[in-house]
Amino acid sequence: MPDTAIAEAPAKAATGGNILQVRNLEAWYGESHILHGINFDVNAGEVVTLLGRNGAGKTTTLKSIMGIIGKRTGSVKFNNQEIIRATSDKIARMGIAFCPEERGIFSSLDVRENLMLPPVVRAGGLPLEQIFDLFPNLKERLNSQGTKLSGGEQQMLAIARILRTGASFLMLDEPTEGLAPVIIQQIGHTIARLKKEGFTILLVEQNFRFASTVADRYYVVEHGKIIDGFSNSELAANMDKLHTYLGV
Amino acid sequence: MTFRGTPKGPGAGSMQALYAQLLVGLINGSFYALLSLGLAVIFGMLNIINFAHGALYMMGAFVAYFLLNLGGINYWWALLLAPIIVGIFGMILERTMLKFLTGLDHLYGLLLTFGIALIVQGVFQNYFGSSGLPYAIPDQLKGGMNLGFMFLPIYRGWVVVFSLVVCLATWFLIEKTQLGAYLRAATENPTLVRAFGINVPRMITLTYGLGVGLAALAGVLSAPINQVRPLMGADLIIVVFAVVVIGGMGSIMGSIITGFALGVIEGLTKYFYPEASNTVVFVLMVLVLLVKPTGLTGRAA
Ligand SMILES: Nc1ncnc2c1ncn2[C@@H]1O[C@H](COP(=O)(O)OP(=O)(O)OP(=O)(O)O)[C@@H](O)[C@H]1O
Ligand SMILES: [Mg+2]
Repeated sequence: MPDTAIAEAPAKAATGGNILQVRNLEAWYGESHILHGINFDVNAGEVVTLLGRNGAGKTTTLKSIMGIIGKRTGSVKFNNQEIIRATSDKIARMGIAFCPEERGIFSSLDVRENLMLPPVVRAGGLPLEQIFDLFPNLKERLNSQGTKLSGGEQQMLAIARILRTGASFLMLDEPTEGLAPVIIQQIGHTIARLKKEGFTILLVEQNFRFASTVADRYYVVEHGKIIDGFSNSELAANMDKLHTYLGV
Repeated sequence: MTFRGTPKGPGAGSMQALYAQLLVGLINGSFYALLSLGLAVIFGMLNIINFAHGALYMMGAFVAYFLLNLGGINYWWALLLAPIIVGIFGMILERTMLKFLTGLDHLYGLLLTFGIALIVQGVFQNYFGSSGLPYAIPDQLKGGMNLGFMFLPIYRGWVVVFSLVVCLATWFLIEKTQLGAYLRAATENPTLVRAFGINVPRMITLTYGLGVGLAALAGVLSAPINQVRPLMGADLIIVVFAVVVIGGMGSIMGSIITGFALGVIEGLTKYFYPEASNTVVFVLMVLVLLVKPTGLTGRAA
């Protein structure tokens, strides 16, 4: 399929259309078989959250979509285009951006360089003023070494740098992990704002109290499979089940 | 000016001789800096200790020789073309062989590049023997200047200044530009940089080409001073590896400064204690390794 069809599509699609379709996704780290057939969908403009215990395969799912797991099979369609065999640089250029669990701030780059590192892949990214509006702390620390920032600031930087690129589909892996409540709240506001801007977000969270403030729908991952799924309005009714799934 | 301390040894005596040795030290330092800079860039990105570096330096000098004698292409063009030609040769090596070393132990890269060096040097030796081929100093850089305190051959001054400029330009490229930011980031976490949409494999190939091109440039610069010999790189590279060990592999500016500094230290040793001039770099290497195993500016492996 020609790339141009994608490139000319509006950066932020109207809510509703299917953006990501994952079918029977399996993935391996070397010999160990981690994902055993993942199936789910994300629609344009939604915030979808993957829940699940430690080691369930949430991060591996995001990495498989991003193309950074060595061996993967099944089907991942982004805007109806098959990407299961694409390399991660091609996938990024189609408009998927990834914020890793370990944040991945570069210590040999200062904050400004970290922020400006991901290349713009298409028009429609957030302008810098808007990014500094979301994360005022970053503006004051532009010349610091990337890894000299606090954990919360590093998380903000990791999110901020992928907003510039014009990617409309963001995958955030546990953005609240290890952060203070005020910062978790700030990240919650940010996600709500991004959703309003038209971004589509696939979120991995263990903290479903936080997830419930931003998510439209949930999927539960266990042993490399999706075992359940429900919308935010069904959350209350599913609370008991959820406690069993997550063991909390 | 009073001179404190008594100079010893046969080379000692006049200030003239001291300045002359300092200049020789700066020249050698220029080659050390250009070569160790390339090694550092390659090591950072490919995680390979490039033992082929000396052979590629030699190829740079030979390409300049061929360009002049077969194509009538002068020194100035050779300064541009030889690094490009040898750089392309390097990129072919990377694409066809070195890229398969990803994720393997350093030992494999070391053996492979050492093998490449032996093959390349063997081929050149087979055709050209071991003696040096002459390469004339370009007309514009012939002659010398009397600086009052010493006589400066213009070509030698040019080599020092030009090398310094090239080293600083490389430093600027890596530390101060967007391309350099990609390079530094990919040195730390190539997977993530690729997941941002950057073609990291292509960048690795180009980086190897850059490092190799710097070696070839040093080869061209050295041709009029040291002649063109198949083993010119093999002799030099041993010292350069000691320089790299002293400076540490991690830092661009570190390898430039260490390169020039060790050239000068070697030159001073030739003046004050000539018997040690061939070993001083290795003695320093041992001392540095004892005190700081990662090198003066290196990061922990
Ligand atoms: N690099 C790796 N090599 C081998 N096995 C791995 C690797 N990374 C993860 N695993 C294994 O894959 C499984 C799934 O890991 P994954 O990181 O996807 O879990 P997760 O759901 O993100 O967990 P968490 O909530 O702790 O982040 C785990 O059993 C883990 O041990
Ligand atoms: Mg995880």
